Amino acid sequence: MSKTYYDPADLSKFGEISEYQPELAKKFFSYYGDVFKEGALTEREKALIALAVSHAIQCPYCIDAYTTGSLEKGADEEQMMEAIHVAAAIKGGATLVHGVQMMNKAKEVSM
Amino acid sequence: MKAATKSLKYRAHELSDIGVQLKILSTTESENMSIPAFKDKLVDIGLFPLTVTGIDIFQVNVGKMCNQVCKHCHVDAGPDRKEIMTKETMQQCLDALKGTDISTVDLTGGAPEMNPHFRWFVEELSKLGKKIIVRCNLTIILANPKYNDLPEFFKKHKIEVASSLPYFAARRTDAQRGEGVFEKSIKALQMLNAVGYGIEGSGLKLDLVYNPTGSFLPASQSSLEAEFKRKLSEGFDVQFNNLFAITNIPVSRFLEYLIVSDQYEAYMEKLVNAFNPVAAEGVMCRNTISIGWDGYLYDCDFNQMLELKVAGKTPKHISEFDVSALNNREIIVNQHCYGCTAGAGSSCGGEVV
Repeated sequence: MSKTYYDPADLSKFGEISEYQPELAKKFFSYYGDVFKEGALTEREKALIALAVSHAIQCPYCIDAYTTGSLEKGADEEQMMEAIHVAAAIKGGATLVHGVQMMNKAKEVSM
Repeated sequence: MKAATKSLKYRAHELSDIGVQLKILSTTESENMSIPAFKDKLVDIGLFPLTVTGIDIFQVNVGKMCNQVCKHCHVDAGPDRKEIMTKETMQQCLDALKGTDISTVDLTGGAPEMNPHFRWFVEELSKLGKKIIVRCNLTIILANPKYNDLPEFFKKHKIEVASSLPYFAARRTDAQRGEGVFEKSIKALQMLNAVGYGIEGSGLKLDLVYNPTGSFLPASQSSLEAEFKRKLSEGFDVQFNNLFAITNIPVSRFLEYLIVSDQYEAYMEKLVNAFNPVAAEGVMCRNTISIGWDGYLYDCDFNQMLELKVAGKTPKHISEFDVSALNNREIIVNQHCYGCTAGAGSSCGGEVV
């Protein structure tokens, strides 16, 4: 048993998940590869979206991978930080917009 | 890591000993790394020994002197380097070129314009009717009033200008090339545009060279070119023709950066994992001869910096230039060659795939 939940070296072992379930892993990695190919969005735009999502889901592996990935696709620090602010704004907004639900309920149960 | 202000040689850094660099590069197994020998990779794809397809590019490094001290420089160039090509060696280059069908002369450095015989050399090359490329670092144009007319001089001789600009913003550019370099580079690009360079229909070619500002690989050349064109045009009214994406090769000061930042093994693994057999077939050393400041001959500018002279019984100096013998030589390879075969490949003209 490792002493920490996250080990940076595990990132490069991602492919090993196929050991326990090869068929589904194959489908996943094939899909994953296709998702990040240039399409209606550029590879750089996709890397920046992935970076923002990585922060929203707070995945250390993903943050490492898509920081390098964004740089490799030609993004810079300013663009990367703006992407993270988008994630932060959505997360903050998602919290606050539920405030309306709170208000509705509060009004419902109050005189 | 702070920006270097002096060359490895000036600092008497251990990497200024080429033997030390070669020892590091030749290591395939260590505690944190296990990578195949580049030679074996070529054997696997039937490309060893790597041979010449025919010399078409005559790349002359006219000296290590430079006004900049870029953190990634594979030449270990800088203001403290005094090794520059003499007029006599330049004449030997001209003599060697006469009577060959080599189409292109590629002038590099250091800052080639700092060689006092640079303009004479260009004028003589121009008379030979060869395509001439100058690898201009841009800031040299503003470094001293005597260089301010370089755009006009380049124009007069229809030189193709290839200039490094690692990013379209100051932070990443200055981190690699030195404080204030981005701002000066933009001014220099505007001066080149002003005489017609990079402007559609002018016939004056201005290409940019992108290389990553860290231990990562470059994005696709076409996507970077589109982004650079948009940003430089919108932000600075700068135009250019093509963008070449180049991978950093683990030699000299880039090797120093990798070692100091403890990223050497990870970077080598990244290069090996991205090995592309198609890129290997198209590597630039197969159609290039590289001439050092002292006239010695090499397979490429990187082998030149590692002092790996052309192999075999081929004459090794420009004074004995023999194009047919050189066309039949085997190219010397080592672990740094993984840099030119990663992803879409890398050459002085950008991607090779």
